[in-house]
Amino acid sequence: MDDAPILEAVDLARSFASGHQRTQALDGVSFAIRPGVVTGLIGPDGAGKTTLMRLAAGLLVPDTGSIRALGMDSTRESLAVQAALGYMPQRFGLYEDLSVQENLDLYADLQGVPQAARAERYGELMHMTGLGPFTRRLAGRLSGGMKQKLGLACTLVRAPRLLLLDEPTVGVDPVSRRELWAIVDRLVKNEGMSVLLSTAYLDEAERCQAVILLDRGKILDQGPPATISARMAGRTWAVTASGERPRDLQANLTGQPGVVDALVQGDHVRLVTQAAGDPAQLTRLPGLQDVRIKAVPPRFEDGFIDLLRARTGAAAPTHGDSLVDGLQRHPDENDAPVIQVEGLRRRFGDFWAVDGVSFQVRRGEIFGLLGANGAGKSTTFRMLCGLLPASAGTLRVAGLDLRHAASTARGRIGYMSQKFSLYGNLSVAQNLDFFASAYGLAGDARDARRQWALAEFELAPYAEQLSADLSLGYKQRLAMACALMHQPEILFLDEPTSGVDPLARREFWLRINALARAGVTVLVTTHFMEEAEYCDRLAIMAAGRILAMDEPTAIKAGARTPEQPEPSMEDAFIRLVEAAYAAKEAA
Amino acid sequence: MLIRLLALIRKEFLALLKDPRSRMVLIVPPMIQLLVFGYAATFDLKDISYALYNEDRGTASRELVAAFDGAPAFHRVATLHAEGEIAPLVDKRAVLVVLHIGPRFSADLQSRGSAPVQVIVDGRNSNTAMIALNYVRAIVDDFNRAWITAHGLPAPPARLETRAWFNPNLESGWFFIPGIIGMLTLVTTMLVTALTVAREREQGTFDQLLVTPLRPGEILLGKALPGFIIGMVQGTAILLIATLWFKVPLLGSLSALYAGLALFLLSGVGAGLLISSLAVTQQQGLLGAFLFMVPAVILSGFATPIANMPAVVQTITLIDPLRYFLVILRKVFLEGAGFDVLTGQLWPMAVIGLVSLSLASWLFRHRLY
Amino acid sequence: MSAAQKPSLRGGGLMRLKGLVRKEFLQIVRDPSSIAIAFVMPIFLLVLFGYGVSLDADHVPVALVAEAPSPDTADFFASLESSHYFAPLHARTLAAAEQALREGRVNAIVHLRANFAEQLRRSDGAPIQVIVNGVDANTARLTQGYIEGAWGNWLARRATSQGQELATPVQLEQRVWFNSELRSRNYLVPGLVAIIMTLIGTLLTALVMAREWERGTLEALLVTPASMSEILLGKIIAYFVLGTGGMLLTVGLAVGLFGVPLRGSFWLLWACASLFLLAALGMGLAISAVARNQFVAGQVAIIGTFLPAFLLSGFIFDIDSMPAVVQGITHLIVARYFVSIVQTLFLAGDVWSVVLPNALALLLMAAVFLGITWRKSRKRLE
Repeated sequence: MDDAPILEAVDLARSFASGHQRTQALDGVSFAIRPGVVTGLIGPDGAGKTTLMRLAAGLLVPDTGSIRALGMDSTRESLAVQAALGYMPQRFGLYEDLSVQENLDLYADLQGVPQAARAERYGELMHMTGLGPFTRRLAGRLSGGMKQKLGLACTLVRAPRLLLLDEPTVGVDPVSRRELWAIVDRLVKNEGMSVLLSTAYLDEAERCQAVILLDRGKILDQGPPATISARMAGRTWAVTASGERPRDLQANLTGQPGVVDALVQGDHVRLVTQAAGDPAQLTRLPGLQDVRIKAVPPRFEDGFIDLLRARTGAAAPTHGDSLVDGLQRHPDENDAPVIQVEGLRRRFGDFWAVDGVSFQVRRGEIFGLLGANGAGKSTTFRMLCGLLPASAGTLRVAGLDLRHAASTARGRIGYMSQKFSLYGNLSVAQNLDFFASAYGLAGDARDARRQWALAEFELAPYAEQLSADLSLGYKQRLAMACALMHQPEILFLDEPTSGVDPLARREFWLRINALARAGVTVLVTTHFMEEAEYCDRLAIMAAGRILAMDEPTAIKAGARTPEQPEPSMEDAFIRLVEAAYAAKEAA
Repeated sequence: MLIRLLALIRKEFLALLKDPRSRMVLIVPPMIQLLVFGYAATFDLKDISYALYNEDRGTASRELVAAFDGAPAFHRVATLHAEGEIAPLVDKRAVLVVLHIGPRFSADLQSRGSAPVQVIVDGRNSNTAMIALNYVRAIVDDFNRAWITAHGLPAPPARLETRAWFNPNLESGWFFIPGIIGMLTLVTTMLVTALTVAREREQGTFDQLLVTPLRPGEILLGKALPGFIIGMVQGTAILLIATLWFKVPLLGSLSALYAGLALFLLSGVGAGLLISSLAVTQQQGLLGAFLFMVPAVILSGFATPIANMPAVVQTITLIDPLRYFLVILRKVFLEGAGFDVLTGQLWPMAVIGLVSLSLASWLFRHRLY
Repeated sequence: MSAAQKPSLRGGGLMRLKGLVRKEFLQIVRDPSSIAIAFVMPIFLLVLFGYGVSLDADHVPVALVAEAPSPDTADFFASLESSHYFAPLHARTLAAAEQALREGRVNAIVHLRANFAEQLRRSDGAPIQVIVNGVDANTARLTQGYIEGAWGNWLARRATSQGQELATPVQLEQRVWFNSELRSRNYLVPGLVAIIMTLIGTLLTALVMAREWERGTLEALLVTPASMSEILLGKIIAYFVLGTGGMLLTVGLAVGLFGVPLRGSFWLLWACASLFLLAALGMGLAISAVARNQFVAGQVAIIGTFLPAFLLSGFIFDIDSMPAVVQGITHLIVARYFVSIVQTLFLAGDVWSVVLPNALALLLMAAVFLGITWRKSRKRLE
């Protein structure tokens, strides 16, 4: 084949009506994608990534412009295009009440795969995805990562020449993420497939041969990821200050003039400045002593954040005291652990989802629960919140078992679930009011908290909008605001950043840090390994047990090998999980 | 406690009424349905189409035919001239009744004092057939009485003097319209309650509720009260239509009627929430609502009296809240009953309501999924 | 691009359809509530109607009051006591009987005054006072008819015993066609077949399209070569088979268990039932496709299916007795046409003049509903 573009858009535009206003999802987008490579479609939430995918698959009609896939017009020849390409939507439509095999059969039938060719293809796919042992399991009973792999397998039953993947790695643990990427790479290399993949994980962008940066419907930049990070040369630094936790140092640096981005990375803060040159003036910040600065090579993420910040025109947000203003600082009555878990177990049928978990969390600590999908994080989490009875073991939250405690005890916790469970048909203000009242706030106190939440989370312009119509990032803000209306002492966050773009994640963590500084205890589960860096301590779970529990640096240090002197959290995590599986196999 | 509860109720109302489509679904159809069903639900035949096959030329037969043609419920659509014409007409449902007067009718009546007349009725709907036969019989009886007097024949030694209490003209609409009030109220409570918990479970907001200080009992109240209030408002509107538009007499105690409505709503809301908390998906909630609603209507005595059912089935009807409410509605509307007569109907609904609500509230927390 | 690389858009249609139908079946089988609706509810309802529910009153409780008991009053009461239509209850005074009527313990009172025996021998005859509870007008009329029957028998018996002839100038000879014993079961059970099939057809499908929209499964189907017509056809076929199963079950029970005669042709019934199922399925799918939201679709299904089919189809209430406007509205109720067909096919036989117009109406309604569904579910995500 020649080098003609496999997917080509010319001046593509598309808008949607939401309520009374129209949103421009895509605005004059033009690009051309080369065959035989992985192209990343990168952009914050609401950038128009999904709209672009759907236009390419012929599921939407553009307002103006055109898009051609595999040499055919996606709009006018949509049936032919759909027959030739593979598309995996963000929430892939697996039938949860069908088994793995039945889902595969359905898509094989729909894609017209001849019976004779199926056995071989299924074999390849099952081998590739590692789903072989689970063919008879109902899709609804699979873990999130396995579901994504099954979705991919269903998309691939007939090898398409162009594969569109819409955020395939959202809500997927690092191990499954690596496996998904391995599959994609193999497809490109062995089967000559072309892949367009959208993602919110910026480290994944560096695995693409080319990227398209999209923001608010417009293309910011496109090209190989290396050229984008190369622009940041001389502007990236590692900063440490003695006597200052990286988390606090980050909070200090964020929002300072000349600072584009500050991010906790192990024992130092990664700093991106607006201009090249020594950021030495930062060392003169009040309250900072003994600041050491070292130049580090730029990453793709730096370039991306820089582009986004330049476009929005806003400096990095500052977050600190306004968030905790209203918070009653709880006097340190004693140093007794706020959360205590001892030998916790939970059985579903004959399967132990949580199998003997013990840990303690101190006041004002950020404690992370990390684990692959199906490791038992969510079950543990639900038991702690009193949503699920424990089969065995004891658990104490603020000295009480929430399942049996008086309802007032629940007033001391805040809860935010991974689905950002809000009432979609209520407006933003109504959601805030409802949750405030559910926690017993009334009258002026409630009004004050609503005003605070609208201002603090920058939700005021959307106060009257239905929460179902918000973009994911704003839903997350609203969910967090709702969880904070009653100024809880303890915050439970279940994958609070799942599917949210990097900028929103940064803001989110700044808020969490501020809360922890004010003495709020935070228990958080996450898939994002770099987020584990924000935790004071974390527990890594697999198969219902805790594999390791320590401070992030100590956990990373445990994974240090001669070949890998500076392991990332992800490396450490994968190493631990693989070791656990190996031990299980051996046993 | 009160604040939390009020917020919950407000939220439920917003969730129910914010969407214009939902609003339409809750308010307009019950009114339209009462109007339509109020006219549809009647066993009174107003337009019996009949065919006449008169082989007789005498005056007596002409008088008899005149009696039928003069009856407002009868409407002659065909006059036949051969026996063979009867079957096709009846078969295609063109007529319900065929009146066949033989060739010697007048002669026999004059000479022997008695003559037969054949009536053929389409029995496909046996109830309609029976009613039509009664109408025919009434006309013939009148004719006979007049004939006896006119010809000085001996009158029967005893005669029936029939009166109907509570509904002197035996208008079946008076019986059915109160029943429709009960059915529509049941449908509305199902509409408001049967899908709510399942929907929140599907969307994940139910967990969010459970971690707030709200107790299961409060969540239950918050879910139950909107159904209750909407049921009350709608019940009142329907009652007004029944009395003002359909002119069904409302003789009894209004407070007894409202006590009945309140307890019925309690039991209906309880059943709806029980279904809802048992269901994992909205699909199951919907199907559950039907599995409850259809037997509840059929076994309530709405169209077919409970007394006609076999003993076993009569026992089953004891757990049907609609059964009690229908008795209350009819007794209060038509018989002028008050609390004294109705306690036996009120307490079973209270029991059904309390049992189902307690079960639902227990399930809120203990349903695993 | 070579044609070989494109999988044929038509040739694979059968395979796609097979896959879609199988998927629907698996989903039906996995959800116990659809099975309950399709098979348990029909059996339950049929048994209820077949054995339980009846319009034929038997053993009607009647209070008998004779102010001055005498051989004459006893003779008259004997005619009521011997009939299985009555469950007589003797009351001493009219007041006691009226109380019993008010409390609902009896449906009617037969009251003979103190001078009954005396008046009986006078030329203008003795009045017999009958009071019926008119609340349930239908039962009241039945009761009244039963009492009249007993009275007529008594008169005839009395006349014969006295060697006289009772003057009844016009004697009615009634012939009830198709259901000579006037068993209400014979007409309720066939009508029920229609009600049950409305529920199966509409309820099961009312949420399925909305569910696919909500869960995002439709998006994945839409990018496969399957066309919207194939997706819809897959659903129709699966639920059609399920509905046919329910139909066979109900017809089998009606004929086998309840002895309702099936005088028409089974195959004609089958054909009409299929048309009806198409219309009912179409209605469910149309609700689903228009609402695109399970909650609203569920609400519409609750309101729009059961009560209208129950009250406006002619299943219980005679359509000809309704006002013209309401009769017009009944033409929008799918079940109406099918009730007419089943009652005729079961009890009267293959009467083409009834079957054909109704079948045409069913065909038209099926086409309209499926058309709406198809229009509302174009293969785009707008």
